[in-house]
Amino acid sequence: MADGVSDSDLSGGEESREEVTMTPAELIARLEQAWLNEKFSPELMENKSELVECVMEQLTHMEENLQRVRKGDVKASVHRMEIDRIRFVLSSYLRSRLQKIERFFPHVLEKEKSRADGDPSFLSPEEFAFAKEFLANTEVYLRNVALKHMPPNLQSIDMLKAVPEPCLDSFVFLRVKERQENILVEPETDEQREYVVDLDKGSQHLMRYRTIAPLVASGAVQLI
Amino acid sequence: MSLLTLRRNFFNVHVITTTKIYRENCLRWYIGDLASYDFIPKKYRHLSATNKFTMFCEKAVELIRELHRMGDGQLPAFNEDGIRQVLEEMKALYEQNQTDVNEAKTEGKSELIPSIKFRHSCLLRNQRCIAAYLYDRLLRIRALRWEYGSVLPTTIRFHMCAEEMEWFNQYKKSLATYMRSIGGEEGLDITQDMKPPKSLYIEVRCLKDHGEFEIDDGTVILLKKNSQHFLPRWKCEQLIRQGVLEHVIS
Repeated sequence: MADGVSDSDLSGGEESREEVTMTPAELIARLEQAWLNEKFSPELMENKSELVECVMEQLTHMEENLQRVRKGDVKASVHRMEIDRIRFVLSSYLRSRLQKIERFFPHVLEKEKSRADGDPSFLSPEEFAFAKEFLANTEVYLRNVALKHMPPNLQSIDMLKAVPEPCLDSFVFLRVKERQENILVEPETDEQREYVVDLDKGSQHLMRYRTIAPLVASGAVQLI
Repeated sequence: MSLLTLRRNFFNVHVITTTKIYRENCLRWYIGDLASYDFIPKKYRHLSATNKFTMFCEKAVELIRELHRMGDGQLPAFNEDGIRQVLEEMKALYEQNQTDVNEAKTEGKSELIPSIKFRHSCLLRNQRCIAAYLYDRLLRIRALRWEYGSVLPTTIRFHMCAEEMEWFNQYKKSLATYMRSIGGEEGLDITQDMKPPKSLYIEVRCLKDHGEFEIDDGTVILLKKNSQHFLPRWKCEQLIRQGVLEHVIS
């Protein structure tokens, strides 16, 4: 970690724009948590654009510091590696999000349209623009290649029905960060009955995503 | 001499046959082989099992099968002919339905309704198959942007129709705009860094002449075919994916 090295001019003494100031170590830990959650969750998670901005600032800061260091210094290569790692995690996080947006584009847009004003948004403004362009692009393409040559009553396709929804019943591995009580597990088959579990702190489980979706959003569990 | 018997054939017409043939044909009728009947009137001959039945929507399903056969995300040539045939079938079905709907309305022939419904579901199936074919191709084309970068190899471009090329260009533009906007300043190229970094510098061999290549500290390397270099990994990623450099693992 950048903080592991004692040189203060190589690590970013970053003040985030949020009200809570974070050390770089905390920032990167949060990025990694968001990355893992996004990777293993079947649906698009909440948007974390402040986190992305802070990490980008941190990266530019570290690159600038690296330029100032004397060439050939051993510490420089360690920091270079660090920058590469953080950049990989950030890229992978953003790629996961983009892939999910592309896969579920009508549902993602519908969700964004129908959310209440106070609710947190799932898409950053740029992601929203990207999703809209993707929808428009695909619709124009389908219309020009096939739909406009079809009989009049068949010239449109309902994207919400045509594109499959994310499968919220897929199983995910999770680690519990805060103890949870009385989680209701719904039955999967007709023979089972619903039951209630308590999740202890630090324990790991394999459960259906639908059961613990709100806990992932609140940070009480971490997907692994 | 076998006994003569009278029976009704499939079309409920009395015919004279021998008992032996009658028994055989009963068995065949049970199995479902129409063609073995002793006599099929000319006007029903097209229903004989020796003729190939063509169902509706077969061409549409063939399009899907063609894509299914090419695994691994390969993009086959755009089957313009196939799409055209399916669209023609749809036009024919729709026109037949129009006539029948008019007839049913004006002359009250409600017995036409089942065939109208049948043709309508064929139309829906054709529409769905075409949409699936086109959309699956789009997904493969999208993957090409992430694999090959902004410029596609000419062999792949030949397999795309003009509208697919247009979709690809729009997609590239959207992606570039999005990447530029990340983090609020210069943005981030997320098509790089596809693998976690293992080491800082890697040994690469040059597969083709690529000319001069500048690395961060200002030194210029000449990438000549078969030359080997020890270069920073992040600089080489794109060139490795394009096939210009090859990672040498000794």
